[in-house]
Amino acid sequence: MIDWWVLALRMVVVVAAFLVLPLLVGQAEHKVMAHMQSRVGPMYAGGFHGWAQLVADGVKFVQKESLVPAAADQSVFRLAPAVALLPYLVVLLVIPIGPGMSSSLFNPTLFFALAVMSVGVLGSLMAGWSSANKFSLLGGLRVAAQLMSYELPLVLAAVSAAMAAGTLSLDGIVLAWTPWWLLWQLPALVVFFVAGLAELQRPPFDMPVADAEIIFGPYTEYSGIRFALFLLAEYAGIVVLAALTTVLFLGGWHGPLPNQLGWLWTLGKTGAVSLLVIWARVAYPRLREDQLQKVAWTGLVPVALAQLAVTTVGVVAT
Amino acid sequence: MSGFGRGLLTGLKVTLRSLTQRSVTAHYPDALPELPPRSRGVIALMEENCTVCMLCARECPAWCIYIDSHKESEPPATPGGRERSRNMLDRFAIDFSLCMYCSICIEVCPFDALHWSPEFEYADIDIRELTHEKDRLQEWMWTVPPPPALDPGAPEPKEVGTAEKATARLLAASADEEEAGA
Repeated sequence: MIDWWVLALRMVVVVAAFLVLPLLVGQAEHKVMAHMQSRVGPMYAGGFHGWAQLVADGVKFVQKESLVPAAADQSVFRLAPAVALLPYLVVLLVIPIGPGMSSSLFNPTLFFALAVMSVGVLGSLMAGWSSANKFSLLGGLRVAAQLMSYELPLVLAAVSAAMAAGTLSLDGIVLAWTPWWLLWQLPALVVFFVAGLAELQRPPFDMPVADAEIIFGPYTEYSGIRFALFLLAEYAGIVVLAALTTVLFLGGWHGPLPNQLGWLWTLGKTGAVSLLVIWARVAYPRLREDQLQKVAWTGLVPVALAQLAVTTVGVVAT
Repeated sequence: MSGFGRGLLTGLKVTLRSLTQRSVTAHYPDALPELPPRSRGVIALMEENCTVCMLCARECPAWCIYIDSHKESEPPATPGGRERSRNMLDRFAIDFSLCMYCSICIEVCPFDALHWSPEFEYADIDIRELTHEKDRLQEWMWTVPPPPALDPGAPEPKEVGTAEKATARLLAASADEEEAGA
């Protein structure tokens, strides 16, 4: 049956990765975004080029008072950050990072990953609804609208990869991957990446937190450690999206010496996609709410459907 | 849609170029800025040159220069002569919370007692601490840089011409004397 020791070890590794990787992405965002804007970013925390900036931020957030508004729906308000953060931890559990280094708990891991990843968005919705604040509510409803429109192309793009591989298991998809996928699954890759950005509410799809319009959207009333958890959830979401993109479309551990360096390839590709997420944030301004819906329904969904048709033809023909 | 794509490509290109170039950030407290010549940081006072003529205090549009003085009389240089009176500077203070760095006092000083120094790190938490007395103003005198060289092709300052003429006159006079002696 299940080897409990392996499972426990995997849990420890995943929790460690969950604590380290989002911070790395966050620090990379600080520094890369700064240099892309001809700034230098944090320079003091930790002594060398501000490497400990996020540690310092974390210490600051812990010290701050974590307010709960009197009119807020107390229990939902308190629960929301956990709902936003934990799904990403759970998704990391099923990401295969190297050959034979994956969970054998169950087979349809792609289905599991997509289902759990969408739960994270509910945290923002809960926060917006329970804050007793008009801006939070607007932000929460924007989150809901965004979830509705972008979940569809995200799933369709992932289905294309699953169909091409003939399996719902992430390991199976990586095993079936060939460099040809970079070409004939390219539209699906683009759709998955863009829809994933929107799902994470990352710029240029960050209307739910558009600070010029609705302050900070669902997170307006949050402070202290709960606010930090929301920020951590954002970066954890980037890691998960980058890892899923890597596994589904970029061939995961495929590369020279896959048996020894496979995990390094997965991590490297995940890092590269994370950098792309940061780059997209710097390069493009925030879309308007109606433009957001238009991109999803007139751009991504038709492309994803067309890709699905192409994949079907390709799978049936070969 | 083409506008969307082109804007995105431009954005990606611009940010990538900035990423590969050095940032423009001035690392101020770690590295001092390179100030241009004639920077107006703070006004320094050469106390020995001041004759308490009060021109600076009177010309100052912001009325930020405070001067106190008294007269002292010196004994006559020759027996039976008249006593000389002399202005002694007691207080010279500039209130930098009022000063608007217009440089009029420095221009107007006939004896070059006031100079611009590029020092600018004299911020304080109390506005009253910004009134600096003459000892502090004198300290800043040591940070005054030598005047920058003239631009190429600039007309010579008239002092040089005057000095050259005076030297030529002296030389001619001494030559005449030698001729007369010989």
